[in-house]
Amino acid sequence: MNTEFDITETLDVTGASCPMPVVKTKAAVDDLAEGAILEVVATDPGSMSDIDGWAAGTGGVELVDQEEGDDVYRHYVRKTE
Amino acid sequence: MSTDTPDAPVDDAPSRAELAARVDELEDALADATSEDGHKRMSIIATKGTLDMAYPPLILASTAAAFGYEVTVFHTFWGLDILHEERSKNLKLSSVGNPNMPVPNAVAALPGMDRVTTRMMEKRIADNDTATVEELLETSLDMGVEFQACQMTIDLMDYDEDDFYDGVTTGVGAATALQDMADADIQLLV
Repeated sequence: MNTEFDITETLDVTGASCPMPVVKTKAAVDDLAEGAILEVVATDPGSMSDIDGWAAGTGGVELVDQEEGDDVYRHYVRKTE
Repeated sequence: MSTDTPDAPVDDAPSRAELAARVDELEDALADATSEDGHKRMSIIATKGTLDMAYPPLILASTAAAFGYEVTVFHTFWGLDILHEERSKNLKLSSVGNPNMPVPNAVAALPGMDRVTTRMMEKRIADNDTATVEELLETSLDMGVEFQACQMTIDLMDYDEDDFYDGVTTGVGAATALQDMADADIQLLV
């Protein structure tokens, strides 16, 4: 991993399928402070598109990076406000 | 000199002060109308109570809540069973009328077949780690989704207000749903 940012917290949503990765990401981000970065670890292939779309359509968050592994998808979301 | 004031205004023409006040008023109204303080809204009408049709309104409601939408879901007719604490755990999947089912309708109509297809679906839901109807409903409630139970259908089905999950709004009718739809950015009938 070539992460150039510090992960504040990690959310494990492995096994969960739509809509839970997005729903749980939203809940986890709500608990974070501004500037914090949440790492979301998912196994749902749909999470690549869903978390991207959620971050684009939601105020106060920014998708910093996404990594597609063999079976695991990692998403990095920064809370911007 | 150019500082001369123009001819005195005609009798019924507004004065400069009146016009300035009117401009202020309009600017305030414009600011209210375009401000971002109001959340986006989604209104869903849920009319179906089969296991497969319980999912779309709940998935969309919880996802919209994650996007920051204010969501109301108005449950009427069989859609009411999704809010019924006991019945929501026993929603059935019909084996008849769906040409994608692996058995012909003539076989699907045999007694007990709905139980077979329902169990098949429940197994797939469990194997796939798909959230149950109850989980989705509780999650949506936690996220602030407002679930409304149609009062007319409650009376029609002879349900009791206590039959529903905590947090479900009762005592509402079509006018409430219509108002929600009129105010919403997205309206869906499921």
